[in-house]
Amino acid sequence: MESIELLINRKKVKVEVDSNTPLLWVLRDHLSLVGTKYGCGIAQCGACTVWIDGEPMRSCVLPVSAVGKSAVTTIEGLHEKAEHPVQVAWDELDVPQCGYCQAGQIMTAAALLKKNPKPSHDDIVAGMSGNICRCGTYHRIHNAVKRASEIASASNSSKKK
Amino acid sequence: MSANTTKQTSRRDFIKISAQTAAFLAIGFENLANGKGVKVRNLAHEPHIGVEINPYVLINESGKVTLFNARPDMGQGTSQSIPMLIAEELEVRLDQVEIVTSDGSAKFGSQLSGGSSSVSTRYLPMRTVGAAVKEMLVQAAANHWHVPVSACYAKEGRVYQKNKTISLGYGELVASAAKLPVPSSPVLKNPADFTQIGKSLPRPEIPSKVNGTAKFGMDVVIPGMLYASIAHAPSIHAKVKSYHGEKAIASPGVKFVLKTERKMPHASTEAVAVLADSYWAALKGKRLLDIEWESTEADAMNTEKYFNQLKEAGKSPGFEYKESLTGDVNKAFAGANQLIEASYQTPFLAHAPMEPENATVYVQDGKVEVWAPVQGPDSLVTELATYLGFKKEHVKINVTFLGGAFGRKAYYDYVLEAAHLSKQINAPVKVIWTREDDTQQGPFRPGMLSVMKGALDAQGKVQAFEHRLNGASILNQVFQVPLDNAPDPWAEEGINLPDSPYTFPNRRNSFSLVKTKIPILWWRSVYASTNLFGQESFIDELAHHAKKDPLAFRLELLAGSPRFVEVLKKLAELSNYQQLKAQGKAVGIAIARSFSSICAHAIVVEKQGNGVLIKKVYSVIDCGVAINPRNIKAQVQSNITMGLTAAIKNEITVVNGQTQQSNFHDYAVLRQGEIPEMEVFVMPSSEAPGGVGEPGLPPVAPALCNAVFLATGKRVRTLPFDISNV
Repeated sequence: MESIELLINRKKVKVEVDSNTPLLWVLRDHLSLVGTKYGCGIAQCGACTVWIDGEPMRSCVLPVSAVGKSAVTTIEGLHEKAEHPVQVAWDELDVPQCGYCQAGQIMTAAALLKKNPKPSHDDIVAGMSGNICRCGTYHRIHNAVKRASEIASASNSSKKK
Repeated sequence: MSANTTKQTSRRDFIKISAQTAAFLAIGFENLANGKGVKVRNLAHEPHIGVEINPYVLINESGKVTLFNARPDMGQGTSQSIPMLIAEELEVRLDQVEIVTSDGSAKFGSQLSGGSSSVSTRYLPMRTVGAAVKEMLVQAAANHWHVPVSACYAKEGRVYQKNKTISLGYGELVASAAKLPVPSSPVLKNPADFTQIGKSLPRPEIPSKVNGTAKFGMDVVIPGMLYASIAHAPSIHAKVKSYHGEKAIASPGVKFVLKTERKMPHASTEAVAVLADSYWAALKGKRLLDIEWESTEADAMNTEKYFNQLKEAGKSPGFEYKESLTGDVNKAFAGANQLIEASYQTPFLAHAPMEPENATVYVQDGKVEVWAPVQGPDSLVTELATYLGFKKEHVKINVTFLGGAFGRKAYYDYVLEAAHLSKQINAPVKVIWTREDDTQQGPFRPGMLSVMKGALDAQGKVQAFEHRLNGASILNQVFQVPLDNAPDPWAEEGINLPDSPYTFPNRRNSFSLVKTKIPILWWRSVYASTNLFGQESFIDELAHHAKKDPLAFRLELLAGSPRFVEVLKKLAELSNYQQLKAQGKAVGIAIARSFSSICAHAIVVEKQGNGVLIKKVYSVIDCGVAINPRNIKAQVQSNITMGLTAAIKNEITVVNGQTQQSNFHDYAVLRQGEIPEMEVFVMPSSEAPGGVGEPGLPPVAPALCNAVFLATGKRVRTLPFDISNV
């Protein structure tokens, strides 16, 4: 067991865990941040996607000891009012069905838009193809990424004014 | 789920619920904490007390309305569709109420989400429940004002006097309303006056699924609980010959290493569980176990051998289904102008819901409480009570959201595992299956073989049609019904006469049971998903042999079934079928009725390399009255995606008892970018509602393979197939 300090959703926290524990289980079992989901445990499905310094990462295979001083962002910390453009678009388009994979989809989509605010069709396919949705909400996910891009650009241009 | 059983259940249920509507008048009060912006609560921890006018509607004096949803939501939308049926008649908006999933108590009647039956069986009972309560509230207001009922109306949680500004809220009326007799036959609204049913309203639970707060079984935390990871037998059925848990128990966080059992309906297997204070500690401990397995049945579990048995079985006529038997096929075959034969094989499939099976269970003092994603809390009450030897009233089920299920979470082996462990250690236990457990342990959709035979006359008319089903029976294995002298009545779904009303002068469907120890279960659309592959592919083959257009061929055979004809005509229009054909495009069609709805797809493919590329899927569904058209479209898209995955991606194979696939790398599902464009049309209809969660799936594989034939000249008769190399 080790005492590990983490920066999660802009807050410093300390956990006593086995240093090999994947970040996913530290978030879920030790910090009660259960929005991030377990789906496969081998970085195949993307349900566990969180941000490490803004980059989408698979928390199910990332040992907590490897996180270091990097900032971790989970679905709970994406936006203080859960009104990130991606969340707004997801809500508007009724994207989820069972909903289990959607935190991972949303974190992946938000990271994609941060790097590429106006993604093309192919950019969205490339950016989102690591996340499985067994309910098959892919079309709405695709459309919601585009919609989120519009929402974000509208809000940016209004800020500039 | 079989349509047969759900129909029977629903009839019983309707009577029970009608009786309840009249009998229930329990009263109590409580200050219930508000939902704090989460409109759908899926964990019924706190007692919900107010005036319980019937089991489904609770109104407290502040006017807060709680509606109980007795159909767990696994992504098919029942946390909206079912309470909306009550809300529509009760005259409250769904965004004014709190929705709570029922807990398995007998007062709710059947609570199974399965067989796409939720809306079709609840449509009238739930509306009746809402209408009865509304009439009582209106009567109470009329009494208060000393005016006739006809001078009052209800809207959005209040009763108004016509042409006046005065009104009373439901909370102000509920105490006096509850003292009134429950109307025995309340008047239901004219569908033309619906304000919610038929509208594409946003689903109320969506915000919680977007902000990460929706509670799935995986997210349950009960004070004092231990996490369990279970080492299941690699060959599914096995005994633990010996095990060494010393290293595991010495691992940090591990509290117990216990020999345990997995109870399935047809078998009980042994396993070793590691219980720890975190899931990772349990997983890590499990890897340190040293187990010697004793496998007696492994040799008998082999999918290749099984399919060979199916081929043998297909040579015999099997037990015929009497209700669909028409004329004499053998006589017609003997004198046939043209005889066509073909066999179609569909594989075993895992459900692979995104949320692996999990359950949190606390057994103490002869009582048990469960927090889990389950499709039928009432049937779980029965199963757990029997398993533990407890009284049913001592079993409480808190149903969470289900992170996908597709039939899997109506099989409660994982809940019983948690109960077995909790009972041993007197603490709450949360069992979490790994993805490998989910993929390898079953139950699976059974592999099936359709042996088809058809006769055409000189004009290309079908003289005789035979469909021999061969394979394992869910009714036999899961429900232990012997089928020594009869076909499996559930297995004919999708090809029985109501589902497949093609007019053949001679017709015969039959079933040959081939037993297996491989655990099997219903999988989204069940036998309709396997039967229709053979049925609709073979119809297509017959059309080509008859030198007729497959669409025209079907229209001719379905001329006496107007709803089928309308769906096909609409599909032709939507897809520009005739133009596509004139342009030489490969467009395959298939139509299927299952779970009381008709769905047809037209799939356009293009030759690409040695295979084909799916360009677009057009789809038309007639599901009777549409409750939420947007959700219906979503469900059809969902079925197309899952149907395509089943056709071109995945398969479960078992060699000497061991499942060969283990996780998403070798049991692949379609991803973003692999999904064709889709266009779905929902037929406007005033017919009784049918199912929505499954009927879109059965026609997918045959429509695709019929298109592949047009593009390549090759007939795909075994699923899955490699679409890049046909």
